[in-house]
Amino acid sequence: MADRVLEVRHSDLHRNVSRRKVWNRVFAVAGLLATLVGLVTLAAMLGSLAIDGFPRLSVDFFFNFPSRFANQAGILSAWVGSVLVIIVTALIGIPLGIAAGIYLEEYAPTNWMTNIIEINVANLAAVPSIVYGLLALGLFVYGLGLGHSVLTAGLTLALLILPIIIVATREAIRAIPNSVRESAYALGATRWQVTQHHILPYSTGGIMTGVIIGLARALGETAPLITIGALTYIAFLPSPPIQADPPFISFSWLFDSFTVLPIQMFNWVSRPGTAFQSNAAAAGLVLLVLTLALNAGAIYLRYRMRKKIKW
Amino acid sequence: MVTAVLERPTHPTTVTVDIKQPKASLKNLEFFYGATRALKGITLDIEETAVTALIGPSGCGKTTLLRCFNRMHDLTPNIRYAGEINLYPDGINIISDEIDPIEIRMRIGMVFQKPNPFPKNIYDNVAYGLRVRGERNRGWINDKVEQALRDAALWEEVKDRLREPGTALSGGQQQRLCIARALATDPEMLLFDEPTSALDPIATASIEELIGQMNQNVTVVIVTHNMQQAARVSKHTAFMYLGEVIEYGVTDQIFTNPQTKRTADYITGRFG
Repeated sequence: MADRVLEVRHSDLHRNVSRRKVWNRVFAVAGLLATLVGLVTLAAMLGSLAIDGFPRLSVDFFFNFPSRFANQAGILSAWVGSVLVIIVTALIGIPLGIAAGIYLEEYAPTNWMTNIIEINVANLAAVPSIVYGLLALGLFVYGLGLGHSVLTAGLTLALLILPIIIVATREAIRAIPNSVRESAYALGATRWQVTQHHILPYSTGGIMTGVIIGLARALGETAPLITIGALTYIAFLPSPPIQADPPFISFSWLFDSFTVLPIQMFNWVSRPGTAFQSNAAAAGLVLLVLTLALNAGAIYLRYRMRKKIKW
Repeated sequence: MVTAVLERPTHPTTVTVDIKQPKASLKNLEFFYGATRALKGITLDIEETAVTALIGPSGCGKTTLLRCFNRMHDLTPNIRYAGEINLYPDGINIISDEIDPIEIRMRIGMVFQKPNPFPKNIYDNVAYGLRVRGERNRGWINDKVEQALRDAALWEEVKDRLREPGTALSGGQQQRLCIARALATDPEMLLFDEPTSALDPIATASIEELIGQMNQNVTVVIVTHNMQQAARVSKHTAFMYLGEVIEYGVTDQIFTNPQTKRTADYITGRFG
């Protein structure tokens, strides 16, 4: 028993609370500032790109090849290259990443080998992208003889985003309550049935979010593609996927050389003269809008899936 | 006194009931989580089409025992069974390595502690067990879904909204949905793992009523923390303590005239 009794006087209470609340306000202001630093920087970057680049945006800019003359130069080969590379990346990276994530989460036995794999998947996500470029140069370009091609680039970027997709898949799967698995198993479902009927549908939102973030990252990658020998100046398109003669579909574009938007941008930035600088800004604007659109898509998907599935 | 109990070797169960027609008979069943011996040699018979309750303090192994019946433990790594659970009429040993747990789970259904419907619509929830088996006949599935929902006393409440998500139902309805889901595949045996511990008293009463009515068709084993519940729904009761069955007998007998001191202490609320 305490000899001192806490006396409650209303005036004291008020002073006590307002004294303690000072720190509330201090943190609220500090937190707001911290948030604004990021936002304002992003807005400033976007604004400056827009001011420099927007006047250059025109139909011609999208449908012209790069040129010695800044005002005639366009990004046709760059965006076509980016689209083709991303398609290859997606076709290879998405199934591999999702399959690996599901395997690690639902199938793999828990032993030291799985642990090592898990740790290394996390490590892979932290490997600098240029190291992937070096690996790809040795393996795909020289080892497998795939050349400085769209295919090599797609494979390289697929490797790069693989850990992102694996981690996103595993996190999405882990969010599924174990009770759902148990009730499906208790009804006599096989592991694959549980995966197919429950795990995959309930984790689609999370997986898609990871996939889109991975693809957005791949879209902006420059270093590994320069390493594998992407061209910086290219005035032709890869061969078309459809042809007039049977079998009408052609895959030779996979083995054509290419450039991508960030490399085109890099090329222009390194040239003297303000005219090319505004070309670079315009290309940057296109790249940024593409990336932001992808991210917005990811956020929308996540929001929709969260609303749809309730446990 | 408690220390002496902890160190004692496996005790024979005090059995005060003679089961003529067993659905399952356990012989010296042991279960290990890694090196921990969670069930220490359990021998008893489960009567066909009757309700058998497993009671005992937390951690006594009643849920562990229940989950042996449908091999749910197989989903966790590092576990081991020993002994036998023979399932009749064919007499196969449920826990033998040669038996695929999926076959067992097709014969023995389970209802869990927390209602756990799939985030799918009501119809798909109930039809899931049939879909898993590869059943494609829509008309037949429709009939089975309706029958299961009727048997689970849920049909009248949901017949007009079978396409609504099962997770939108109330807690008690969700649990009856889970019972319907388990009944749709005509299980020989149904396991209940504290099915009402997450429900309010009214929902609890309706689930208990349901379990009572199920008597005629299916063998029920129910784990419960609630001794009144065991007394209300079951024909036989096994009292478990520290991985052993201390006493097994007719429910009325266990509650009015327990043969061992530990059982008496538990049911009178002196420990547990």
